[in-house]
Amino acid sequence: MEDKKITVAHVQLSSCCGCLISLADTYEKFPDILSSIDLVYCQTLMDAREIPEADVILVEGSVCLEDHHALEVAREVREKGKTVVALGACAALGCVTRFSKGGQMPKPVHGSFSSLTEIIRCDLAIPGCPPSPELIVEVITAIIRGDKEYLKPFIRYGECKHESCGCDLIVNVINKSLCMGCGICSASCPTRAIEMIDGRPLISPHLCVKCGVCSFQCPRIEI
Amino acid sequence: MDPLGNYKSIISARATDKRILKRAQDGGIVSAVFIYGLENNLLDGAVVASKEKNFKPVPKVATTPEEVLEAAGTKYTVSPNLSVLKSAIREYSCEKIGVVGTPCQIISTRKALKYPLGFRHLVDKIALLVGIFCMENFPYMGMKIIVEELCGVRLEDVVKMDIGKGKFWVYTKWGEVKSVKLKMTHPYEQSSCHVCTDYTAELADISTGSVGSPDGWSTVIIRNHRGEEIINNMIEEGYLETRPIDEGKFGLGILKKLALTKKEKNMKEIEHRKKLGLPVPPDVCGLLQ
Repeated sequence: MEDKKITVAHVQLSSCCGCLISLADTYEKFPDILSSIDLVYCQTLMDAREIPEADVILVEGSVCLEDHHALEVAREVREKGKTVVALGACAALGCVTRFSKGGQMPKPVHGSFSSLTEIIRCDLAIPGCPPSPELIVEVITAIIRGDKEYLKPFIRYGECKHESCGCDLIVNVINKSLCMGCGICSASCPTRAIEMIDGRPLISPHLCVKCGVCSFQCPRIEI
Repeated sequence: MDPLGNYKSIISARATDKRILKRAQDGGIVSAVFIYGLENNLLDGAVVASKEKNFKPVPKVATTPEEVLEAAGTKYTVSPNLSVLKSAIREYSCEKIGVVGTPCQIISTRKALKYPLGFRHLVDKIALLVGIFCMENFPYMGMKIIVEELCGVRLEDVVKMDIGKGKFWVYTKWGEVKSVKLKMTHPYEQSSCHVCTDYTAELADISTGSVGSPDGWSTVIIRNHRGEEIINNMIEEGYLETRPIDEGKFGLGILKKLALTKKEKNMKEIEHRKKLGLPVPPDVCGLLQ
């Protein structure tokens, strides 16, 4: 007898779709994932107009406060999803949308973006711009298995409602006498904003997109 | 407390290749393993700590035995090896990567393998983790003070540094040997090392270092199947010669003693920092006991 598959929906708010692309970037594993779940809503991949109730709703993107539609979708997601996952740094931490100030066409008044975690309660949040395909697969697998231990960091990120920045490394690691100069933060940065100088990370604020990856990968911070 | 972590076996070994022994710190295990890996298609790249003038460490992706040889020898300062981890798979297109690192760097790598958030398509390309024994490390300027001010030697003249018999040793290209008591070097250690309880890189596939073996030999801790396979093949094919590890006071005894000393000393520091309300490193991959 086949176990009942969990139903999964993918909802996009203000984002670039990179997190979904990252999930699809698992090549041959992607069909396996699709066949191990029951995808019920995903505007990019399928034709379903209404967000249905689902075991897991993956939400990518931050929430534009001037867009009442976005706020309604956020609320709807919370009502219909048993487990709501903020997928990627825009939903989890705000990421590059933190730099938005409005004034752009065609919606010049759309200028206030908050992370999904600030707007609704998220059961899990995954930082990263985008999170790697392998990590997304691990998280989905852990959700299916009910592996709370593996999900711990993502539960914690779901609870945190603040932004993240490369500079967090200075405050939380270097200033606290914890940085030993391994260099993993530098390698993990998607924009190469971190250079190792004299065995410590030097963060370029002009390149940092506030995705939170560096702090997440640091072995000296509790995640 | 288990001083050495999980392992299958411990041996003393050294490389048979004279080119390696000439440049290596002790038995040349790390160089030999990587060269064996590159020559036998088990690896196509290795993340190593190479060096520039004046012992300035430079993390590097070595793709040839020559590059591995260039990086041989211990640098007693911080080399952020893992900063080139992603370059290895992107710029260098490596698919079978060996990584050498201090215990903390091996911990970082294991964490990245468990949670590869910022590492797309990396996990299945890490082929081997080689850890080196490490008590503590020095910032570059700390090392410079030890060499130039305490030992009275210009860094540009130094060909090798070593720690042993309670002293920090400096060898110059003029053949001079200078040393200073290890106690004198303590003020120049980086303080973040004092909350680390891993001496023997317990999460590596293979760990190696000088402690526990005679001069010119290295102690090799084989921790899992992956490590065992490569070491056994190297012995069989003549890349390594071995001798049984000395089970006594100057072999396993001293190794366990030093590993335990680091754990006990630094657990105290961790407790001290907790009392002050300061953060301490988390238990990554269940390493801290």
